[in-house]
Amino acid sequence: MKQILSALSFFLLVCSWPAQAVLDVEITQGTEDALPIAIVPFNWSGAPVAAGAATQPDMKWAEVISSDLLRSGRFAPVAENDLLSRPQSAENLDFKTWRVGGIDHLVIGSVSAAGVNQYTVQFQLFDVLKGEQLLGYSFTTSSLRRTAHHISDLIYQQLTGQKGAFNTKVAYVTVSRELGTASYKLEVSDADGYNPVTILTSTQPIMSPSWSPDGSQLAYVSFENKRAQIFTQILATEQRTPLSTFKGLNGAPVWSPDGKQLAMTLSKDGNPDIYVLNLQDKALTRITRHWGIDTEPAWMPDSKTLVFTSNRSGKPQLYKFTQAGQRPQRLTFEGEYNASAEISKDGLKMAFVYKDKSGFKIASMDLETGIMDVLTDGPLDESPSFAPNGSMILYAEGQRGALAAVSFDGRFKQRLVARDGEVREPSWSPFSK
Amino acid sequence: MRNYILIVLAAALLAGCPAQPPKGDDASTKKDATTTTSTTDGTDDKGAVQTGKLDGADRTNSTALTGGDQPYRKDAIHDANSPLSQQVIYFDFNASAIKSEYRDLITWHGRYLASNQDMKIRLEGHTDERGTREYNVALGDRRALSVKRMLMFQGATKKQIEVISYGEEKPVGLEHTEAAWAKNRRVQLVYGAM
Repeated sequence: MKQILSALSFFLLVCSWPAQAVLDVEITQGTEDALPIAIVPFNWSGAPVAAGAATQPDMKWAEVISSDLLRSGRFAPVAENDLLSRPQSAENLDFKTWRVGGIDHLVIGSVSAAGVNQYTVQFQLFDVLKGEQLLGYSFTTSSLRRTAHHISDLIYQQLTGQKGAFNTKVAYVTVSRELGTASYKLEVSDADGYNPVTILTSTQPIMSPSWSPDGSQLAYVSFENKRAQIFTQILATEQRTPLSTFKGLNGAPVWSPDGKQLAMTLSKDGNPDIYVLNLQDKALTRITRHWGIDTEPAWMPDSKTLVFTSNRSGKPQLYKFTQAGQRPQRLTFEGEYNASAEISKDGLKMAFVYKDKSGFKIASMDLETGIMDVLTDGPLDESPSFAPNGSMILYAEGQRGALAAVSFDGRFKQRLVARDGEVREPSWSPFSK
Repeated sequence: MRNYILIVLAAALLAGCPAQPPKGDDASTKKDATTTTSTTDGTDDKGAVQTGKLDGADRTNSTALTGGDQPYRKDAIHDANSPLSQQVIYFDFNASAIKSEYRDLITWHGRYLASNQDMKIRLEGHTDERGTREYNVALGDRRALSVKRMLMFQGATKKQIEVISYGEEKPVGLEHTEAAWAKNRRVQLVYGAM
């Protein structure tokens, strides 16, 4: 517990330094078994060697890496002020001291100029108990935060066996209201809330951002023409394409994992039903035919099977559609409201919104056993989105207008608070290519 | 066209007469209203009629619209004394069935549209913030369609009616309370000229 507290106090320090983060992170529930790790501040080694060479950047490597690891819920990084010493090279490491201090792993690193806007970054990860080096890398880079997140990914993978998801992005919608008029923004930031970029601003609602599997585009719903229509937008070029502008609803766009299709909800034939648009030949296939509401499609990894929300039983429940002519198979039976499914990349887990007496919560289901876990406390939680490595689920807390994340097992929770206005509908990007 | 207006006015006058039994109390009355106003339309998409309450017994509560000699005159929708100035219909949680207390109001709006074919209406469906966003867009759509069907039953034509759902995206009440939610579960009737 002490570790968690020190991690927390460390975190408050992180949050207080001026930076361009749009979201502050608050750990709301820690875990007892997080791995203690010490990240020693990286040393700036060497003055610029030549005119025009990069100078010392305003970049706190150890803080970025520590906060990444802390946010994963798997690590308890030591606060900078509590570091026993600040070794700068492997030669003067005293493993015994760290061992006594209860530290299992240690990271040291250094940065130097490598040219115009170019830096050389080195880091080493040590196993304190064994007294040996586990990782050692040197990079030449011009994008510092990206490299710091990459280092976090390497450490995370080395120590947990799972691919890190720190070098990813998050899309979300913000709303600010002033004097009765609302301003809606679709933003994309780094997974830690830094470097937010507004990719669309509108006076009308924006909804349901969904990443293309290569991370280059977003599909979303915009009401800019006074009704719900689906657009795609290439992030690098800002090129927007109206993709679905049928009469009635055009909603809930989701890219198939193979990138060739987009599932969506259309009501052009009378009722909200699921359709799949082939992005190559633009052929539109109707998937569901029911007088009730069918919406919120989600793809299984095979890019064929779809899970969707339907009120065909009278209340919203989740169903799985495998192929034409077969009745969709009902997946959820507990509770009177189960909706908005998202499937983990490995196809083993489903996150969704579940309602019980005290409100709407994020739940997960093991798709092999059908066993369900309620992960959050509500009362207005929605829009679950898996990290690309499946370790965390990002979601929106409607009650606070904030984003939050919970580990897939529900043990670790954090809240991401927007500096102003309301944030919602988070969508975690795929791994960056 | 003049004949048509006369028929409608006559109907309206009859409707305003207290000695008459309440209008809209049986299907034949409705059918008459429909046939006087529309030849091109009046058919909604198949399977559109809601089961249960819409055709239930409480329709007998339907009453005639008061408001002087011409209750469906064009500017009635702007007249604070006319019930037609009431242009919001509220719903129960996760429901799209029209509640009995709004049947008369929607009936009157339907007759108003039938009487004023140069008017059009946009039905904006909304939900409260509970539940998922895309599901709520679909639910708001269902609410607006419930109102549309009743309007058309009274002789409003398809081309007069536009339906849009905002789901939970445009709340009137921003609090997370039952009172705010009740205000947000609504269909707004937004009139405009053709």
